[in-house]
Amino acid sequence: MGTVPSALKHCLSYQHLLKEQLWIGEPAAPPPAVPHPGQESDASGLPEYIKIVEVGPRDGLQNEKVIVPTDTKIELINRLSKTGLPVIEVTGFVSSKWVPQMADHKEVMMGIEQHPGVRYPVLTPNLQGFHSAVAAGATEVSVFGAASEMFSKMNINCSIEESIERFEEVAKSARNMNIPVRGYVSCALGCPYEGNVIPAKVAEVSKRLYSMGCYEISLGDTIGVGTPGSMKRMLEAVMKEIPLSALAVHCHDTYGQALANILTAIQMGVAVVDSSVAGLGGCPYAKGATGNVATEDVIYMLNGLGINTGVNLYKVMEAGNFICTALNKTTNSKVALASFNTGAIN
Amino acid sequence: NVVPTPVKIHLINMLSETGLQVIEATSFVSPKWVPQMADHTEVMQGISKVPGISYPVLTPNLKGFQAAVAAGAQEVSIFGAASELFTKKNINCTIEESLERFDEVMTAARGANIPVRGYVSCVLGCPYEGKISPAKVAEVSKKMYSMGCYEISLGDTIGIGTPGSMKEMLTAVMKEVPAGALAVHCHDTYGQALANILVALQMGVSVVDASVAGLGGCPYAQGASGNVATEDLVYMLNGLGIQTGVDLQKLMDTGTFICNALNRRTNSKVSQACCRL
Repeated sequence: MGTVPSALKHCLSYQHLLKEQLWIGEPAAPPPAVPHPGQESDASGLPEYIKIVEVGPRDGLQNEKVIVPTDTKIELINRLSKTGLPVIEVTGFVSSKWVPQMADHKEVMMGIEQHPGVRYPVLTPNLQGFHSAVAAGATEVSVFGAASEMFSKMNINCSIEESIERFEEVAKSARNMNIPVRGYVSCALGCPYEGNVIPAKVAEVSKRLYSMGCYEISLGDTIGVGTPGSMKRMLEAVMKEIPLSALAVHCHDTYGQALANILTAIQMGVAVVDSSVAGLGGCPYAKGATGNVATEDVIYMLNGLGINTGVNLYKVMEAGNFICTALNKTTNSKVALASFNTGAIN
Repeated sequence: NVVPTPVKIHLINMLSETGLQVIEATSFVSPKWVPQMADHTEVMQGISKVPGISYPVLTPNLKGFQAAVAAGAQEVSIFGAASELFTKKNINCTIEESLERFDEVMTAARGANIPVRGYVSCVLGCPYEGKISPAKVAEVSKKMYSMGCYEISLGDTIGIGTPGSMKEMLTAVMKEVPAGALAVHCHDTYGQALANILVALQMGVSVVDASVAGLGGCPYAQGASGNVATEDLVYMLNGLGIQTGVDLQKLMDTGTFICNALNRRTNSKVSQACCRL
């Protein structure tokens, strides 16, 4: 488009450019003490505040091939704790045989600095994992259901119904100990084995998880095949069963659709978005393809929409730079890529 | 790296088989400034022109216009900008002076019955000026539309825009130019392109520019991406049930061809996912 100028050196630095445009910068105001996502919206119909759930240290690292030393994981989480992110998924109390990356779950849980006002949920697939998690100091847990029978079978070797029974045990113990449980529903927009997933099924599984006491249901586009069209249809079905304020979206960017899908969700009033610093975590179902959407790119978009997140984008980019250097990989965040390559961030 | 003429011709011919209705073929600019486009005449004359498909070419001035017509062009494009500094750095004149130059092209095009498409660069931000006011974008768009451009393509040249700024800018422009004459040309440098395009569609825009395999980096951010990938755009539109007439598989095959020829990875996530590359 147009001629390529050679006067690159006269460009404003991106730091200047973006600060001026307020896409990157200090958050506008501290988040409300008890946010009511979904209940407050501005004139454009979008939520005023969106809670970002950072899944990089767990979902992200779990899907990275290189095994990350425990110290590095702890350092990453500590850096993320200083960015304003309200929730950081720390690790998974899963069998180290199946998920070697999470073998050091106890050390990580006990080694991190727990900042006041920040929550540190951990994945607990069953009662045994739950007990280990609590023993290690966890104060919030997550369980992972799926909207696809085949995915459930291939992933955790049981039917959806059997997995729900397992989670009910966890939910019951958690309730007794006053520990909040977050429920995930995988394959909400498509399954690598079954293909199409019907919205009614997603709604049904979500409702089971919500009824057993999960305070929030995170709807995951596990293979990133969703588009704004399928996102809308799925959310319409789920919103009939679950209150908006209890919903979150967990979009993968495997087909480049994540931000458009997230935009659609927030236009419908969803106010909790999962993302992963530097877009950590590839896709186990499409070799070489990307997975999680990058936290930096999500925050950039939300800042541009005037939506408060409480998160400092520069600090997230720095944390992303740290982990990418440690992993010896290029970031999957386009915001970070553009900012770093103009020398704005060192 | 300059792409050989036969490769360019083959690329355009493959694109012509995908169902795309408009394929910007080349640019009649000075080879001194843009060596990649030095073979504009050969490309224009070498491609197989499929009936029903339009092959516009860039013409920065009257001289370029005349060369384009002589080479067989039947549609041309002119590039304005919403930023004075950008215009100065890019084509060494003011916005007003650039519009005067374009007026010459418009007059000649009218005389030859050749449609002219107008581009406005920097609509959501400028690498030199920073913030760009929506009113300025509307003003330049209006001028180009009044001059006779049948369509105005609004370009987020550095990809810095978000759905928020896209909405604000389009609201201003739509007061001056009908939605039916508008297009968006989004860059994906900050990963915002598809979200920005979605907002534009929601506001009634129905023409979208994109580049196969996301070809074209950003000259203002080394290593960063530029154009949004046509494959990723078509994937989204398919999912929305919006007709484009484009065959996504053929498009991906075309992307594979040009990436192999350029010895580079695709910038299209759809291609990356599908082809397991």
